[in-house]
Amino acid sequence: MGKKAMLKTTRYRVLEITPEDVPEPYSVLDTDGNLLVDTPPLTDDEALAGLRAMMLGRRFDEHCIKLQRRGLMVTFAPGIGQEACSVGSVMAVEPERDWFVPQYREAAGQFLHGFALVRGYLWHMGSPLGFHIPEGLRMLPFQAAVAGQISHAVGLGWGLRLRGRDDVVVVHFGEGASSHGDFYEPANFAGVSKAPVIFFCQNNHWAISTSRPLQTAAPTVAHKAMACGFPGVLVDGNDLFAVYEVMRDAVARARRGDGPTLIEGFTYRLGIHTTADAGTRFEDPALRATWEPKDPLFRIQRYLARKGKWDDEIERAMEEEINAQLEAAWAEAQAEAPPSLEESLRHVSALPSPRGM
Amino acid sequence: MSDMTMVEAIRSTLEAEMERDERVMILGEDVGQSGGVFRATDRLQERFGSARVVDTPLAEGAIVGAAVGLAIAGMVPVAEIQFMGFTHNAFNQIVEQLARVRYRSWGSLSAPVTLRMPCGGGVRAPEMHSDSFEAHLAHAPGLKMVAPSNPADAKGLLASAVRDPDPVIYIEPLRGYRLIRGEVPDGEHLVPLGKARVVREGTDCTVIAWSAAVEVVTAAAETAAQRGISVEVIDLRTLVPLDAETLWASVAKTGRGVIVHEASKTAGFAGEVIATILENEDAFFALHRPLVRVCGPDTPYPVQMLEPQYLIDEARVLAGIEKATQV
Repeated sequence: MGKKAMLKTTRYRVLEITPEDVPEPYSVLDTDGNLLVDTPPLTDDEALAGLRAMMLGRRFDEHCIKLQRRGLMVTFAPGIGQEACSVGSVMAVEPERDWFVPQYREAAGQFLHGFALVRGYLWHMGSPLGFHIPEGLRMLPFQAAVAGQISHAVGLGWGLRLRGRDDVVVVHFGEGASSHGDFYEPANFAGVSKAPVIFFCQNNHWAISTSRPLQTAAPTVAHKAMACGFPGVLVDGNDLFAVYEVMRDAVARARRGDGPTLIEGFTYRLGIHTTADAGTRFEDPALRATWEPKDPLFRIQRYLARKGKWDDEIERAMEEEINAQLEAAWAEAQAEAPPSLEESLRHVSALPSPRGM
Repeated sequence: MSDMTMVEAIRSTLEAEMERDERVMILGEDVGQSGGVFRATDRLQERFGSARVVDTPLAEGAIVGAAVGLAIAGMVPVAEIQFMGFTHNAFNQIVEQLARVRYRSWGSLSAPVTLRMPCGGGVRAPEMHSDSFEAHLAHAPGLKMVAPSNPADAKGLLASAVRDPDPVIYIEPLRGYRLIRGEVPDGEHLVPLGKARVVREGTDCTVIAWSAAVEVVTAAAETAAQRGISVEVIDLRTLVPLDAETLWASVAKTGRGVIVHEASKTAGFAGEVIATILENEDAFFALHRPLVRVCGPDTPYPVQMLEPQYLIDEARVLAGIEKATQV
């Protein structure tokens, strides 16, 4: 908070956030992969599975950027550097019952939640099939309108309760979205209705070119929960263990009917905003340099290496396996017949419009 | 049959739909304890409980957005926007989200949401509480839109809207809530979406209206008849999808037409009605005279002292009929 002057009076009580109220983001692993707490929240096998999910998301994004440069993909937003946020979130829910509501930078978490890799490619190819939700997949389609999906998550969680279920909904968005009415309105709704929703804000420090200090004067995004009457948590968004742990607690709270939690994953956009906008005009290379060593993949690899569960050979084998998986899905996506405008008419309403084309 | 006002017909239909299907729920500002500012949900919370009749925080965007999520969770939400002018607070959620749920999910999800809202002026309401913005929402593919003019249609169209598998904008005539009375069929009564009604048959001129304007137009048609002009009155009932066949058949017969709405003229829904009529050869070649629009002026809806001059009365409709039927 710096040296911001507090309003001084003894005549009435002023509600202000003091510097002591602003914590460091909660971490479980340091950047070298050393454990900062007594017991890790995930077993080695779970950590390895989480690492694999993050690597799959990373390699998918990298592959799609290459394909985009060759003119084979439309503009899209990669999640490079932020994979621990969506993967840690999904690891804390049960995909067969709980819902994952993405913005557009969460490919890694979506695949872990059950979204087929081929659909990911189709999405970035500009196919409507990338938005189709197969039966049984508890996910809403990607949302290109920033913050547009947040109220849907609240209604969804609220509706699940009304239908007598204790399933939960986790919705992702960025710190830019947290400035939007479509964040404040549904967050306030969720507080009142006690909807079982976890609001996960990936604070990656950039909304296209707008830096975090220009986005809000609040000391953290997590503090915004307080105005809505529910807890906020600030977590190291590049630490898979920490994200998983705070998500696990928030999911338990939502499931038992105690209402929503806002989690701010403190992370950094190590990639680009989208393939249409690199950061060279506005990003301070020095700031970026401080974040590169905090890559979420490195620290979990170092943690596992220290325990004898990760080495060059394991890494090579996993990379090969992921590469084969991506190539197969990409081939499948290319083989998909392009959709027709005529078919699109059938999806406007249950019954086709009498006007047609 | 029962004699009812518009608001009584709406309220009793909501009650019947909630009784019929336990997934039907109501949400909106002041709909619960107060029963709605116009009492359209009077005593429904008492009857069905606060989980199914929900007083929401004051935030139209979240009302509509939450209704989208509630629908995906399997509920059938009927959301109230207290005045049509406030739909713009929710415009993104209505047009970009609610209208597109089925389309953008490539048919895999749907949002059977009914959005109820009063429209129009004439009750000396505060500024911005009298708007008719049907054209703004009619342009969004994926939304259906109905605007009943009488209690029987209010019942039949509301029941159809609630049961429709897709979002329906349900427009209520604000000044007609209590002023418009009529016979309402008892028990199950459904009016299909997309079907206009010929209110009165005529041979010289077709006059097309919806919502509260139908009453004004029908009175004008009586007066015109006394002056020897036989007017056919069409109540659109559904604006989207538009019942083009009924319009074409009528104009092909009369060869003259007047379209009446309270909203301002430029880019108003009358333009869509006229364009639709002109797309049909039988109607087009039958025309003797240019079609006429009787609409609000291109100003925002005014404050109270100007209202009597702003509102469309029988005299203005008659002037329109005379213009359309000049020899």
